[in-house]
Amino acid sequence: MEFIEEYRDKKIVGALAESIRKRSVHDIVLMEVCGGHTMAVHKFGIKELLPSTIRLLSGPGCPVCVSGTGFIDSAIRLAGIPGNIIATYGDLVRVPGSSSTLEKERAEGADIRVVYSVLDSIRIAHENPDHHIVFLGIGFETTAPATAAAILKARTEGLTNFSVLSSHKIMPPVMESLIDEGVKIDGYIAPGHVSAITGVEMYRNIAEKYRMGVVVSGFEPVDILQTILMLVSQFEDHDPKVEIQYRRVVKPKGNPIARELIGKVFITGDDWWRGIGMIPGSGLKIRPEFSSYDAERRFDLPHIPNKEPAGCICGEVLKGLKTPLDCGLFSAICTPVQPVGACMVSAEGTCATYYRYRKTA
Amino acid sequence: MCLGIPAKIISLEGDLARVSIGGVEYTASISLLDDIRVGDFVIVHAGFAIEKVDPLEAMETMRLVQEIEAQSRKND
Repeated sequence: MEFIEEYRDKKIVGALAESIRKRSVHDIVLMEVCGGHTMAVHKFGIKELLPSTIRLLSGPGCPVCVSGTGFIDSAIRLAGIPGNIIATYGDLVRVPGSSSTLEKERAEGADIRVVYSVLDSIRIAHENPDHHIVFLGIGFETTAPATAAAILKARTEGLTNFSVLSSHKIMPPVMESLIDEGVKIDGYIAPGHVSAITGVEMYRNIAEKYRMGVVVSGFEPVDILQTILMLVSQFEDHDPKVEIQYRRVVKPKGNPIARELIGKVFITGDDWWRGIGMIPGSGLKIRPEFSSYDAERRFDLPHIPNKEPAGCICGEVLKGLKTPLDCGLFSAICTPVQPVGACMVSAEGTCATYYRYRKTA
Repeated sequence: MCLGIPAKIISLEGDLARVSIGGVEYTASISLLDDIRVGDFVIVHAGFAIEKVDPLEAMETMRLVQEIEAQSRKND
């Protein structure tokens, strides 16, 4: 397949790994922020190609994993209102709330439908004029413009039976908050598709204030290894900066149409990250002028506090402080079939990734 | 939910496109992009094309990494 196979070329992968081994002298810790990168690192056995000087940590970039129990509890409450249909991306249905999951509620009779795209929920709204459709808006800057586009489409089409429960989040505040909390990182492998939307200006503060390299990476083995080589070179030369490895997709200023849509529909506000807590300015709330599309306002939802499941170290895993292997629940009690924490639910979650690839890793 | 995949544009209809991912066809919204043509590659993410894949930049990246590979063969 074009733009995939050539980035998996064994000879190039081997040469990049060798260049990294030659270039890396001092110990360095790199964090891959994005769940897609975590998956790729394990799927392609990237860690096995690296010298012992380089440690890779997995970060908080799996949107399903960082959705708080309060968000799931709110979704369950909305699902219980007669006449409501919940539309959601698939992974979310199995994420534990404080006492149930959307999957269990569906088995009890709630109308919860898995959609591939937010536009499917607009279609469901047209097909079910006597019902109200609530789309569960999760994800970072990559899915937020799609949700924004759907809200604008609903308004243009005069659709009144559609709203969004937004838990959309943005990346830079959590990336800075991890450094502020003292997680030891020397460089970020920055998310490729988030950056395709946002551009890279938002990372400048990390490079300048924290003196840390940030390289925006693609998702194939050649991409990730080239990114690691760039970060190692910056580190050895004491020259931290923002660079783009994934140039075939990411432009310095991002996607202007998508950025404008996010700004039009959303405003930043404080948001809760599962296992990490409240991070100021890290969430995308629906602007007051679109309040009829905001499920929280429309159904006057009370604030539901967030609780972490007992024994789950998902928060420390998301911060890169521990690995799933440090968790007493991992693979004994917590499995992809019976997940306790959100990191085990999503295919991109660090625990699920470890579970799937540990036999080959 | 969050994986973006390169897809080839097969046909266009208003804000929507038929795209091919490894020979399998899907529908994707192209409302986040300007000037999309049949034959372009885009990254599709949760049903939306979020950015075009630039073939010239892709070639430039391949040229860079192939140079590294050639260099390492020379050193062997």
